[in-house]
Amino acid sequence: MAEETFEFTAKTKKNLFIFIAVGFVLTAIGIFMSMGGGGHHEVAEAAGHGAHDAAEAAGGGHGEFHWYQRLFANLWINNVFFAGVALVGVLFFAIQYAAQVGWSAGIKRIPLSFGAWIPFAGVLMLVTYFIAGHDIFHWTHSDLYLPVEEGGDKIISGKGAYFFWPLENGTFPIFFLGRMVIFFGVWYMLFNKLKSVAYEEDTVGGTEKWYKLRKLSAIFIIFFAVSSSMSAWDWVMSIDTHWFSTMFGWYNFASWWVSGLALTALIVVLLKDKGYLSIVNSNHIHDLGKFVFAFSIFWTYIWFSQFLLIYYANIPEETIYFVERWKNGHYAPLFYLNLGVNFFFPFLVLMTRDAKRHARFIKVVAPVVIVGHWLDFYLMITPGTLKENGGFGFLELGLMFVYAGAFVFVILNQLSKAPLYAKNHPMLEESLHHHI
Amino acid sequence: MAHTSNYILGVYDDEDVLLKAIKNVREGGVKIHEVYSPFPVHGIDDVLGYKRSRLTIVAFLFGLLGTSLALTMQFGMMTIDWPMIIGGKDYAPVPSFIPVTFELTVLLASFGMVGTFMIISNLKPWGKAKLFDKRITDDKHIMAIDLGNNQLEESAIDKLLKDSGASEVNKKTL
Repeated sequence: MAEETFEFTAKTKKNLFIFIAVGFVLTAIGIFMSMGGGGHHEVAEAAGHGAHDAAEAAGGGHGEFHWYQRLFANLWINNVFFAGVALVGVLFFAIQYAAQVGWSAGIKRIPLSFGAWIPFAGVLMLVTYFIAGHDIFHWTHSDLYLPVEEGGDKIISGKGAYFFWPLENGTFPIFFLGRMVIFFGVWYMLFNKLKSVAYEEDTVGGTEKWYKLRKLSAIFIIFFAVSSSMSAWDWVMSIDTHWFSTMFGWYNFASWWVSGLALTALIVVLLKDKGYLSIVNSNHIHDLGKFVFAFSIFWTYIWFSQFLLIYYANIPEETIYFVERWKNGHYAPLFYLNLGVNFFFPFLVLMTRDAKRHARFIKVVAPVVIVGHWLDFYLMITPGTLKENGGFGFLELGLMFVYAGAFVFVILNQLSKAPLYAKNHPMLEESLHHHI
Repeated sequence: MAHTSNYILGVYDDEDVLLKAIKNVREGGVKIHEVYSPFPVHGIDDVLGYKRSRLTIVAFLFGLLGTSLALTMQFGMMTIDWPMIIGGKDYAPVPSFIPVTFELTVLLASFGMVGTFMIISNLKPWGKAKLFDKRITDDKHIMAIDLGNNQLEESAIDKLLKDSGASEVNKKTL
């Protein structure tokens, strides 16, 4: 079989650069607009008492709202979202080996290439933390850890060790940052290992590399299971420091995972349109469509399980999370939109067999699902960091463009480095005859 | 059964031969009544020229019925007929209705689908199956051809079946 290598043409690169430049311009406009102030004060008054209570409850050392806080919160949304998508790409690759999957032999290198973003995501996240951590994370404020009589916070003090151990509470969050560095380090190391063994298979052949990859995949999956959950607590849940949910790790994973699957399906379909991936037919697209369909439902299931328990139990320290999002006029429209684009839309559009088999439907549903889950992370992060000062405008859109453009650039660059599919994969023959 | 028909039965040992045979026989202008096999044969629907089953549409409609029944029941009971405040929620606590709605949707979709399937397949406890050959429950595939539905001579069909790899050709009236 002929080898196929993706050619990262100058034209594609140029288009991506234009996309990123547009993102920067929009971001600049957005920053300029929020520097100008106005607007948000009136919105804050209209937002209802829920947001005010929340703002007061978490107020603590916060002073006035500054425009850069909105930029920081948006940087954090994109850091978390794209790091997660990069990671679940590698997870998809690993699962194919651990479960000894045959049908996906021809498309596995596409999700694998997402992993190339992991080092960038790690560096960006660390840098963002050092610049913006104090504005994003309430728990970084050292006066919270004073004795209660002196204005400290008993609940956050109790959680302090999770961030600061083995140092004193309220000093340098070495445990938190150590986890971040170790997680990104191990993810990147395992991604590199998986990638190099997978590429070696092209020259060696046989089944030896396949068995080696299976072993590495199992190690990655086990490490991922723990690290992805803890990342979700660290990077997202700790923003609402008082609040906690035992489903949060799963919830974040579900959101990342379905975005990663949608991106895989979208790239496969687009590459096929460009004349690559001759080994992929509508049966493979059907399977990818089923993944997007099924995991959209899975996300909804996890989302609703978390929501219903809190709604029904009605305990104030738990419901505050949804009061800030659902009962706050500021975020309520986005809260409903989140359910609409991430559940009803993919559920109804991809329900029939024909929709899953046709590239046209995938090209419509996958981008909506990807942007929808970006919105999901927006709804997790913004209300906790910006309270009633959050909004959705040029800044949000622009920064998302910048990150998305850079992310796509990195993964396409990775894709162009090796053949698009492994010609010596022991299951390639099975994948060719895949029929459902 | 009120009326009986005469069938020619081609017996096949191997599913690959069977798949090719079905193609040949259909190209020879013969209408196949039905093919029986002891296990699901991959791709047999395509060669037999079956249209895609419309059972999924039935499942969707029954699911929709379940959704509307569940919502009507809950709003009827909790909001209209006897409004009650439970757990501090208002009279129409939609989120608490979702689990019941989900369960009834799944229940009606699956029961409706199974029921429809049994009716259209004539699967009833007192029904008697048309068994052409006992060996279809063991190791043989049978291609049944209704003579009344075909213009071709019996001997021509006979020859077509033998040429396409049938290990034996039988006749049966059912």
